[in-house]
Amino acid sequence: MSTVLLYALTGTGLFTLGLYALIVHAHLLRKILAINVMGSGVFLVLVALGGRTSGAVPDPVPHAMVITGIVVAVSATALALALLLRVQAATGRAELTEESRE
Amino acid sequence: MSVAGRRWRFLLFRWVLILLLLAMAGGLGYALLSLPDQAIGLSEQVGTNMETSGVQNPVTAVLLNFRGYDTLLEMAVLLVALLGVWSLGAAEVHRKVDPEPVLSLLVGGLAPVMILMAGYLLWVGANAPGGAFQAGSVLAAAGILLLLSSKRYPVRLMGWPLRVVLLLGLGAFTVVGMILLFVSGGFLQYPSGLAGALILFIEAAATLSIGVTLAALFLGGRPQSGPYR
Amino acid sequence: MRQIPWEVMLILLPLAGAMACFLLPRRTLLLGLITALGVVVCVAGLGWLMLEQGAQRYAVGGWGAPLGIDLYADGLSLLMLMMTALVGLGVSVYSIGYFERRQAALFWPLWLLLWSALNALFLSADIFNLYVTLELLGLAAVALVALAGSANALTAAMRYLLVNMLASLCYLLGVALLYHNFGSVDIAILAQRVEPSPAVWAAMGLMSAGLLLKSALFPLHFWLPPAHSSAPAPVSALLSALVVKASFYILLRLWLEIFPPAGAALGQLFGVLGAAAVLWGGIQALRQTRLKLLIAYSTVAQLGYLFLAFPLGSTLAWKGSLYLLLSHALAKAAMFMAAGNILHFCGHDRITDLDRVAQRLPVTMTAFALAGVSIVGLPPSGGFIGKWMLLEAALRDGQWWWVVTLILGGLLAAAYIFKVIGYAFTQAGMLRQTSKVPMTMEWAALALALAALLLGLVALWPLSLMEIGLPFGGESGG
Repeated sequence: MSTVLLYALTGTGLFTLGLYALIVHAHLLRKILAINVMGSGVFLVLVALGGRTSGAVPDPVPHAMVITGIVVAVSATALALALLLRVQAATGRAELTEESRE
Repeated sequence: MSVAGRRWRFLLFRWVLILLLLAMAGGLGYALLSLPDQAIGLSEQVGTNMETSGVQNPVTAVLLNFRGYDTLLEMAVLLVALLGVWSLGAAEVHRKVDPEPVLSLLVGGLAPVMILMAGYLLWVGANAPGGAFQAGSVLAAAGILLLLSSKRYPVRLMGWPLRVVLLLGLGAFTVVGMILLFVSGGFLQYPSGLAGALILFIEAAATLSIGVTLAALFLGGRPQSGPYR
Repeated sequence: MRQIPWEVMLILLPLAGAMACFLLPRRTLLLGLITALGVVVCVAGLGWLMLEQGAQRYAVGGWGAPLGIDLYADGLSLLMLMMTALVGLGVSVYSIGYFERRQAALFWPLWLLLWSALNALFLSADIFNLYVTLELLGLAAVALVALAGSANALTAAMRYLLVNMLASLCYLLGVALLYHNFGSVDIAILAQRVEPSPAVWAAMGLMSAGLLLKSALFPLHFWLPPAHSSAPAPVSALLSALVVKASFYILLRLWLEIFPPAGAALGQLFGVLGAAAVLWGGIQALRQTRLKLLIAYSTVAQLGYLFLAFPLGSTLAWKGSLYLLLSHALAKAAMFMAAGNILHFCGHDRITDLDRVAQRLPVTMTAFALAGVSIVGLPPSGGFIGKWMLLEAALRDGQWWWVVTLILGGLLAAAYIFKVIGYAFTQAGMLRQTSKVPMTMEWAALALALAALLLGLVALWPLSLMEIGLPFGGESGG
């Protein structure tokens, strides 16, 4: 199996692992970390498969896409972490609880 | 339902989930294995258009020239995240605790070096790996270190100067795009001689913006001054 | 007309407006309103241009696909842009009276960035660019929900954010598979190059899963009722009317252009889930005790109707579904605005304690009732036309079971709408303090509700607009 394929399969493996962790864990910080793992998996797939070019230089478009993706993921994670702190302050627990009556 | 029944149902749910996810992973793996060995990507087109792009680094060319519109929207995403964090409440005032001597020493020595490094990364992005986002991240790290040791190195940027710096990246990109609309007839269509200079200008503004935005995100809330009081 | 690139203006103007509002918070109301009017003018300009010259394609940066990013406007995008402009104008006027100064300083930049994201999304012809616009849209929506500040709103916003991030990542993985299989992210080029292969099946599954999660199709709707009900009223209007429709639009585009080898099975699955959404949402809406939650579950039900077009697949079905989408946007925005007025007036939104709101807020209740007419699907309203077209498409195709769904859904909607209206006429047990509701808020709600009704009278014009560029394939008419 070529190196490219190995990296790409690792990426999908990370995606699956992250999805499992996202569904199973209740604590919000774990969920946020799980999403970051999934994101890393997707970026790995993008970049790895871009290395299948015939020359020495890999395809630059997936690299640019991943840079954009990382910035977007960082922004979303920052918002998620700030929200996590406020949810903890407001409800006392860092978990997604059912809506309270009133 | 009894405790044993609940536990059994919980384990069943877990195992069904694991099976479904394994099936999904298998499907994805099969899809990956079926991809052709040689890519039919865009590297050729990027290669042939590199001379008119204004930079030598193909990733920077894609990011700031060919697909610059994506980067413009991405700067907006950063801004939205900051606005979102600001809408949650006020930033906690850091207790002015004496920082450890190690931290003070490191910050005093590291912060200027990091700022210089950010400038270098910005400059070298035209020819080698580097560019606005990489430089902006290093700048943000320097900013966060300064914030962490705020007793020794107070950081004061608030009110409308703060908002101007936050908007610098997106604003520069939009303004340049609009001007080019009238000058060369296309949105973000760089004239061939000026492309490199314009890209550097946009990247410089973006570096400042990204650095300050990421550091402000670290604070976790809006500033307690001006219209947000 | 061609001198002014209306597509670019549609994206840049709200962006510039958001930056101006952020920079000058003391003038934010004026700047926001000017931007809203400007965007409406730009949509009119684009529509005028397209009526003369047909569908428009704009190559950003002059590069053109596949190297660069293209903006593409056909009848479908124009319809979505007009819907966004109309609802956006109504919500802008409504928000002038709704927010106090400190919240308004953050609401307007966020709202204008959301508008820019919507316009960019409807005009994009590039699946990776769609990912970035989806993320911009999602983050802005989450920030707007969290603006309410209550514990429920924060929890709902957190859940919404996690759902958004998950859905976007599934979509992005699909984009990765499509790019690495066919070498482009441009929709038109992919439409030419695509052929059935495991990577396409995987990409289709992933992207559909992500987009269905964002469109809140049953059973992936769990995040919607808390988020839409605990947000501030104008934000609820925006979310139900516009934001959930954006991911539906992307799914529709992919389905029509890139996924034709999908086969009937997935379409039937969408239809079944849609029918389940209609019934489940309707039943849940009946059970609610709070008005905003009722309206949120009504959104879940109405979104189910949109997916009934997938198993039918004819141009008539698509047009019916889109007409329902359009009327629902106007009617649901009006409903949420009315609910916001009631909440402001009574201090609460418990349905059983509405205390003669019909007599004391006549404009608001009229708006609610008229919007309800469109939601139930009674003539004359846009909802009626949309349902009629779907009915006809189902009967023509011989799939009569969707007809049952449409009728049952209409009955459930009538039940929960009349429940609210009934309580609005009754007197509550205790008398409470009331606060005055600004006139702009009441009349904005009424204006949008009337627009939903108007859609039932002038159906031919929007339907013919959808034809520009033949987004549904070669045949026209039907």
